[in-house]
Amino acid sequence: MAVNRNFRTCPTTGLVFHEPAEKLMRWNAVVAVVALLVGGVLAIGVLLTRWQAVHLLQADLFYQFLTAHGLNMLVFWIIFFEMAILYFASSTLLRCRLATPALAWAGFWLMVVGALLNNYAVLRGDSSVMFTSYAPMGAHPTFYAGLILFAVGALIACFVFFGTLVVAKAERTYHGSVPLVTFGAITAAIIAVFTIATGAIILIPTLLWSLGLIEHIDSLMYRTIWWGFGHSSQQINVAAHVSVWYAGAAVVFGAKPMSEKVSRTAFLLYIFFLQLASAHHLLADPGLTSNWKIFNTSYAMYLAVLASMVHGLTVPGSIEVAQRLKGYNNGLFEWLRRAPWGNAPFVAVFISIVGFGFLGGISGVMMGTEQLNLIIHNTLYVPGHFHATVVIGTTLAFMGLTYFLIPVLFRRKVAFGNMATWQAYIFGISMSGFSVFMMGAGTLGAPRRHWDISFAGNPFGYEFPATAWLMIALMGIFGVGALVGGAMYLAITVYSVFLGEKIQTPDFATVSAKRGMAPAPQPVAVGATGHGAGVGAWGMVAPGTFVLALVFLTSFVLYYFVNWKYLSTVWPLK
Amino acid sequence: MSAILPPAERVWWKEPLDRVELLWIVIALVWCLIMFFMMPYWHVYGQQNLANEAYKTSPEAFAKKADEVIAKYKVREEGPQKIPVVKPPAGSDVYLVARLWSWQPILELEAGKSYRIHLMSMDWLHGFSLQPENINIEVHPGYDHVLTVTPTAPGKFSIICNEYCGINHHTMISPLYVVK
Repeated sequence: MAVNRNFRTCPTTGLVFHEPAEKLMRWNAVVAVVALLVGGVLAIGVLLTRWQAVHLLQADLFYQFLTAHGLNMLVFWIIFFEMAILYFASSTLLRCRLATPALAWAGFWLMVVGALLNNYAVLRGDSSVMFTSYAPMGAHPTFYAGLILFAVGALIACFVFFGTLVVAKAERTYHGSVPLVTFGAITAAIIAVFTIATGAIILIPTLLWSLGLIEHIDSLMYRTIWWGFGHSSQQINVAAHVSVWYAGAAVVFGAKPMSEKVSRTAFLLYIFFLQLASAHHLLADPGLTSNWKIFNTSYAMYLAVLASMVHGLTVPGSIEVAQRLKGYNNGLFEWLRRAPWGNAPFVAVFISIVGFGFLGGISGVMMGTEQLNLIIHNTLYVPGHFHATVVIGTTLAFMGLTYFLIPVLFRRKVAFGNMATWQAYIFGISMSGFSVFMMGAGTLGAPRRHWDISFAGNPFGYEFPATAWLMIALMGIFGVGALVGGAMYLAITVYSVFLGEKIQTPDFATVSAKRGMAPAPQPVAVGATGHGAGVGAWGMVAPGTFVLALVFLTSFVLYYFVNWKYLSTVWPLK
Repeated sequence: MSAILPPAERVWWKEPLDRVELLWIVIALVWCLIMFFMMPYWHVYGQQNLANEAYKTSPEAFAKKADEVIAKYKVREEGPQKIPVVKPPAGSDVYLVARLWSWQPILELEAGKSYRIHLMSMDWLHGFSLQPENINIEVHPGYDHVLTVTPTAPGKFSIICNEYCGINHHTMISPLYVVK
């Protein structure tokens, strides 16, 4: 069989797309957006029920909606999109053909079938077991079977990605080392393999248990192994969205990484240490020793947190250097003031970095501290935290990437003018408020995954402090803002992709595979560029970013010790 | 040239670091180590730590011990389901049973005294969430988790379940009394 070697060069960006890879990227992105749409509709029900003033759904529907919302958002939307990113970071960035497109399609359809099957299980109404599906609470077998099929499909896609790296190397489509963004994607894919393997280890026995073939699933074993899957899958997101940050800085500013060495080492730290973090879900569990908890929850002394703090500096730092080289070299912050605040991908990536760091990152370390977890575990603080990491960090970064990909990949103009920029602001700011107030309510003890915290009609009711109710109401208001932002994204994306103005590419012609094999594209010439010499202040190339990083550190330290102070006031416990 | 192209310098790992990165890495690493050592520090000098004490046991064995304590120290019954209220002596072992969808028995403790509270679930996972103190602990079936608790001030507290446990999860709540 002839290998399809049809490539297309994007006239505006110069990126090179391999025909089968391009199609896979498009389909994965489209299915991802469909999952986001489903998850978003479900979010309306979840939000308007937790917002006690509205309290829309009945309890059974609420738990059902919440289960499906979690799965469609955390798993299906994000992972389908990540598959598109993997193909982009391998085939497109390395200017090489995709390895085994047929296998990639098999993986894709397995993922689609798995996602449908899992949604079917939840739709049945007997599988409202939440995203976590903690045994011994059981779901219908199709629930686990769907997840397993999906995971196998994703695993195949990861190996197609690795195969593509091999092809690129063998066919010499690039010189030297892979680009940093590809390196980040490799990190994500390696973590994904580990994650999926862990998922198989726990979900296959659980499936057999739900079929009655295994008698007993130990609850602590389930939680311990499941989180190796559940948390690690969020670590894929971190690696992926950090890559998207670097890509955003490169695309919008032409920014060069401040130091390849530092950024790549930071990604390497993710591979070594991020996995351990799944232990922080088990800090309030019996049967595990404090030594085990402390070592693991700290990712072996916070070495993965260190990596995120490094990325948090180097991405804005590289933007600062690029801006200073363009002449915005005055004072500490001219580079930031003169940033393209009307450019949707930039705004999305910028809010993603700030929100992920300040809201998601700091709160994550609080929850992951063995003792502080006692005053946080299973409260609304937890979803508050992960809406900051997964929604502001990952989803918003992916939204920014979408606005870049619509013209490049789908060859359509982003519709509705400035609306994309407004979308990034509205969604980013609303989601930040939503997360903050959710964490606030959690600090006051409000539980997560709870239909009615007013305990109406219960002889043993409990009244949460008025502040908690205020927080919940504010969460509701900002949540509605986030829903509006999400709807804007869907409207822009769907309209642009299907009905948007086509971008004409004069030299473009599809060459059919039968007409022979075109030569593989030529490697890019290696150009010499200087480091950001002669810019900056205080002997630093990015002094503004350094100041911002110190602001971040100060908030981190203060908030960290405020929480210890709060912990010291609760009942002694040992 | 940029993050989406191969590094311009072939030998990128020998490029020197800028001061801003180096300084930040050092600062961040120091902070990470401080955070790491806070946890063992608190085990030595802090008051709020989970014990490493837990036992594997069966629901039957645990329920039996709980019933013995209820029989011994029951002071009254509360609520429409007549849930027993127990007032155990300071320092004693108290068994709190979590099941779909109730906590049993209701505890009445004395402020300033310590108690060994055993937590276990009879069926699915539950979450022990003491409000308004906001102490939150996971409750497993089959694992008897022992905590030594010292209530500080008298008052009426509530134990709510904060691990989703099915359709009536939100009804799983129990009072806890602390008296002088």
